[in-house]
Amino acid sequence: MATHAGGLTADHHPFGADGGSVAVRTSRLVRGFGDRDVLKDLDLTLARGEFTALLGRSGSGKSTLLRAIARLDHGVAGSGELSVPERVSLSFQDSRLLPWMRVLDNVVLGVRGPGSRARGATALAEVGLAGRERSWPHELSGGEQQRAALARALVRDPELLLADEPFGALDALTRIKMHDLLRELYERHRPAVLLVTHDVDEAVELADRVLVLEDGRIAVDLAVDLPTPRSRRDACFQEYRDLLLAALGVHQPEAERPVPAPAAVPVSVPHPARPRTDHEETKPHDPQG
Amino acid sequence: MTEALSRTPTVAPAAQAEPAAQVEPAPEAVPRAERAPGATPVPQKVMRGSTLVRGTRRRLGPGRAVPFARLLGPVLVVAVWWAASAGRYLDPRILSGPGAVASTAVDLIRSGRLQDNMEISLQRAGLGLLFGVLSGVLLAVAAGLSRVGEYLLDGTLQVKRAIPSLALLPLMILWLGIGEEMKVVVIALGVAVVVYVNTYASLTGIDSKYVELAESLDLGRWQFIRKVVVPGALPGFFVGLRLGVTSSWLGLVVVEQVNASKGLGYMMFQAQQYAQSDVIIVGLVCYGIFGFVSDAVVRSVERRALSWRRTLAG
Repeated sequence: MATHAGGLTADHHPFGADGGSVAVRTSRLVRGFGDRDVLKDLDLTLARGEFTALLGRSGSGKSTLLRAIARLDHGVAGSGELSVPERVSLSFQDSRLLPWMRVLDNVVLGVRGPGSRARGATALAEVGLAGRERSWPHELSGGEQQRAALARALVRDPELLLADEPFGALDALTRIKMHDLLRELYERHRPAVLLVTHDVDEAVELADRVLVLEDGRIAVDLAVDLPTPRSRRDACFQEYRDLLLAALGVHQPEAERPVPAPAAVPVSVPHPARPRTDHEETKPHDPQG
Repeated sequence: MTEALSRTPTVAPAAQAEPAAQVEPAPEAVPRAERAPGATPVPQKVMRGSTLVRGTRRRLGPGRAVPFARLLGPVLVVAVWWAASAGRYLDPRILSGPGAVASTAVDLIRSGRLQDNMEISLQRAGLGLLFGVLSGVLLAVAAGLSRVGEYLLDGTLQVKRAIPSLALLPLMILWLGIGEEMKVVVIALGVAVVVYVNTYASLTGIDSKYVELAESLDLGRWQFIRKVVVPGALPGFFVGLRLGVTSSWLGLVVVEQVNASKGLGYMMFQAQQYAQSDVIIVGLVCYGIFGFVSDAVVRSVERRALSWRRTLAG
């Protein structure tokens, strides 16, 4: 369909041949700036309705990958195959509401068809902004602006929601509320979610699968098998957290580390401390616990 | 840090007054300026901590606007003029007083001369403004949204900007004659350039984040123009429009010197030949009023259209 410079292809597959359970598939995806390849033969498959978090040090290519999947990387050299769903919503670190439009107009921007305004109002109500339709964006607080941005993403009924550090600019209290809201909206609408973040706690708390991007490739692919809602005090939560921090090159002082972190994090690590579930059946059991 | 800590024991005289508060003063609470040798920083700190602060901070913005207060300046000018004339500091042959000007204005209105001239002047300025604004905006959008448009138009218009549109008058007369078309075109050319320059600058200054947003929402080109480009370029457009209004009056004065048989400018140049300074003043006041009113109209439209903005002026 949309062919980028550099021979990239992007196929829509609403319910196509490989589409049954797959939302996003990249194969041998390469993206680079100048001489430097940021993504190197990256293969990634995201299932439909799967909540995935993408971690990585700054400069690891998180945003480049997100932009590639959003097909917003004009003029970026690269190759490889990319297949994404028809309806993709993107939310940014800033709410990116157009300051000259009222909140409802922002939410329904680009939505076609009859009843779009009613759907926009419903989406606003869903994020807790009922009655704020006629407000200007600058009249909303930072958290409310980010909620409005979520409503704008939702109203398009996305099969895939791409979120580029959507809570990065929020204060800690607002961030907690937004985590709950995002998870709640996810449970209700079940889009595939790819959440780019630098916050390991956020990733473990929200996502069912956490990827660590390193040097242009997926270095860690970890299934988070914890019941929701998740508590950060939970011992298992801590272990996931330490595992991911170690993968990101952050080593905790010995005293604070409950379990010795593995020297090299293998791809696909099931959690050791929990009983096996169907979800983990396909993966090898790690005996380190 | 160490400097502040080492100073703590030296605070002797005042320390006795408030012993409890001075055992461990936080070093960062001691202002840098008060660390000079011999100063006694601690009592200062205690005072500051316990003083009741009343009122709000000093306001740095200009504060709330009073309606119609903009008229104050012009009213003052007329008052000084009137006082100078009444005090016989002004020779009526050089500058008639406000009274003489007012009675001349009444005569001109009675005879219908002022209205006739005003009507034709307003028509010229209005048409010139209309065509100038339309073409300025179209050129800005074309140059701002496509590289081809930018390459073809922007350089050309920057060159045109360097040539005063009034310098084109001889050429325009050669091409279009001395009729109304020439007058409207000369005015429109001046308006178009200022509208173009400001709209284009504002348009190319639209944050690329909004362009990316529009792309991510799959907006079509037309929707992108309507929802992002036009509103985003509006602040610059209004700056251009206000300059364009001024420029249209300016152009009017000049084109009405060229073989016009009607219009405010014509009326004033006739008056010059007969040394009627009162008629000239009536013409000037008309220009002034038109300029002021048209600027006020544009301002109020601007305020309404840009009500989403929060600015220093409020």
